Amino acid sequence: MAEPSEHIVSPKIYITIFLALIVGTIVTTWAAFQNFGPFNIVIALAIATAKATLVVLFFMHARYAAGRTRLVIVCALFWLAIMLVLTLSDYKTRQPRRSRLVSPAACYYA
Amino acid sequence: MHRSGELYGQFETLDQQKESATFGMWIFLVTEVLFFGGMFLTYTINRKYFFTAFGIGSNTLDITLGTTNTMVLIMSSFTMAMAVWSAQTGRKKLVPLFLILTLALGCVFLGVKFVEYKQKFDHHLVPGYGFDMTYRATHPAPGDDPKEIALEKKEVQEAFASDPDTNAHAQLYFSLYFAMTGLHALHMIVGAGLLIWLIKASLGGRFTPQYHTPVENVGLYWHFVDIVWIYLFPLLYLIDRHR
Repeated sequence: MAEPSEHIVSPKIYITIFLALIVGTIVTTWAAFQNFGPFNIVIALAIATAKATLVVLFFMHARYAAGRTRLVIVCALFWLAIMLVLTLSDYKTRQPRRSRLVSPAACYYA
Repeated sequence: MHRSGELYGQFETLDQQKESATFGMWIFLVTEVLFFGGMFLTYTINRKYFFTAFGIGSNTLDITLGTTNTMVLIMSSFTMAMAVWSAQTGRKKLVPLFLILTLALGCVFLGVKFVEYKQKFDHHLVPGYGFDMTYRATHPAPGDDPKEIALEKKEVQEAFASDPDTNAHAQLYFSLYFAMTGLHALHMIVGAGLLIWLIKASLGGRFTPQYHTPVENVGLYWHFVDIVWIYLFPLLYLIDRHR
């Protein structure tokens, strides 16, 4: 009957994750001031994703969670990916002429 | 009668009852991911088309306040995690202490946000009739660093030279800035309300190793709001900093 009770994460791990997140914040700010060309945004998003992963895995206990909770997280990412990928591919392939996008200011004030 | 962890008829065990509640919280967070996801999508498309305007808009944000606020929020996530740990291990006195710390750090974040918003109003950078990207460079305040003002002037002039509609496109950036940070701040305010409720309950010693589902679930919500900021910070503050 007795199911395994919840996993308790030790404060030591929380402190380590906290420090890692602070370091990530400093690194991302530093990297933004360097010129990596098109890779600036890639680096910024990679660091943000690494930080978010740490928060989900340890602060939100996903690492110790049941399989169905992990499935919910994967579903969230999958649906988000559907929304982003399909919409962006539409913009990529059905883009109106550039001259129409950079429209006169009038249309913003109309 | 409020709930204090007794087993309800539809569940087999307390563990199952607790897991169902946490599972429901995760499902709610999925809807939140898609809710914020729409704004990130809008941001991505507009940033692609109007990169110059987004870059100069981003550079008007205060990097020191932004970085500090990111750290404040991360620290509040840490104290929230510690509140959950205190409840799990039966440290009844520590639970309200860590919750109060979390609330205090959340309020610091919102206070800094208020200061940042006020700067935008002062510099005519709020979308609407008075919006003027050149305002700050042409009307420097007494305390402003002349070097910084000169840099901003040069940058804005270059932007207008390459895109005469810079004012319209920078308004897109600031509309998204206010919408995204505003929605995030609204989530923080809701979180603060939940924390006040938890603090009240925890002062009565309600949360025990057997029953602390509310602390755990508000924690999940709080960490989610932290994650949103982890993405908002580089996307809004760090678009084009290397100039």
